[in-house]
Amino acid sequence: MSAKKITMRVTRYRPEQEDAPTEQAYELEFPDDWVVLDALNYIKDDVDGTLTFRWSCRMGICGSCGMMVNGEPKLTCAAFLRDYYPAEIRVEPLQYFPIIRDLVIDMTDFLHKLKAITPWIVRDEEKPLAEGEYLQTPAQLADYKQFSMCINCMLCYSACPVYGHEPEFIGPAAIALAHRYNLDSRDEGQEARQQVIASSEGIWDCTLVGECTEVCPKRVDPAMAIQRTKVATTTEWAKSMLMPWGKQ
Amino acid sequence: MKQPEPEYTYPTYHRPIPATWWLRDRKYFLFMMRELSSFFIAVFLLIYLYGLSLLSKGQAAYGQFQETLRSGGFTLFFVVAFIFAVYHSWTWWSIMGKVQVVRLGDHKVPERVITAVALAGWVVASAVVLFVFTR
Repeated sequence: MSAKKITMRVTRYRPEQEDAPTEQAYELEFPDDWVVLDALNYIKDDVDGTLTFRWSCRMGICGSCGMMVNGEPKLTCAAFLRDYYPAEIRVEPLQYFPIIRDLVIDMTDFLHKLKAITPWIVRDEEKPLAEGEYLQTPAQLADYKQFSMCINCMLCYSACPVYGHEPEFIGPAAIALAHRYNLDSRDEGQEARQQVIASSEGIWDCTLVGECTEVCPKRVDPAMAIQRTKVATTTEWAKSMLMPWGKQ
Repeated sequence: MKQPEPEYTYPTYHRPIPATWWLRDRKYFLFMMRELSSFFIAVFLLIYLYGLSLLSKGQAAYGQFQETLRSGGFTLFFVVAFIFAVYHSWTWWSIMGKVQVVRLGDHKVPERVITAVALAGWVVASAVVLFVFTR
């Protein structure tokens, strides 16, 4: 282990012993290739086994280890200590979410929102298995692929002050995912999704802060998805007003 | 039969959001400035509408109003409102590439090109308006 030493200030919240979160400092030595998650695991294994946090894959796929690192929503498996050294690192739970314990947030609200936009392929009528797959061209795949890369890490919600101030806002990831399925040539569920994303808690709550896109570790660009959905929704509305006979 | 989803109850802590959250980071500050720009643009439009309404009351009333607008306070307000209007317009047009998908046949026009065309269109349109009203 190298001689580099860094101090991590970690949020602690143990509801059985304190009414509000506090902060605990840990000083540790770290090798050059450690990320914040490695440091948290080191603390948990060798210093303080009571520290609680979520993690799983350690490679930016599962989306479990999102936390605030020095005030920025980050995947802690991709936040290298060397990039913060020699300054202290403050690790907090994702902001705008309720805290269950230490660095673990309550994601119930997000899961409800995710489910509300029907994030799966909807068909008016499923064709029999014997007829094979629903085929798609590379160009049709390219239309939505970027928006399908979301790992539900919730960093975008934590970067969105609209969600912070109006928790009923469906939020960036859920709308980006709705956009993903709406763009999918195999899907026929746009109308049902529209009821949710075009509601007052949907796209029109977004005032385009744009930070959801900045913090997204998968370059999904939820801000773009929301703005494009606004354009598509407005266009559809205008069409229905001008040509009411055009729609069944 | 579909089972109802279980409801778990546990204590949670909701962190308050400080009123100064937008001063914490330059990006949030710029966002709030963009939002604030709407106030100056709205006030400018109200002044403009009031001026239009005075036109129906005759040349003297409108002339007096024009004289009032030349005061230092109004001049300062118009300068600030203009800066905010330019900033708001810039942020509006510069995201055009993200918002609007443009296809030429099978080819998707790059976002940067769409944004550049939108910004150029904004500058040209502004120049035309300026030319028409100041010649």
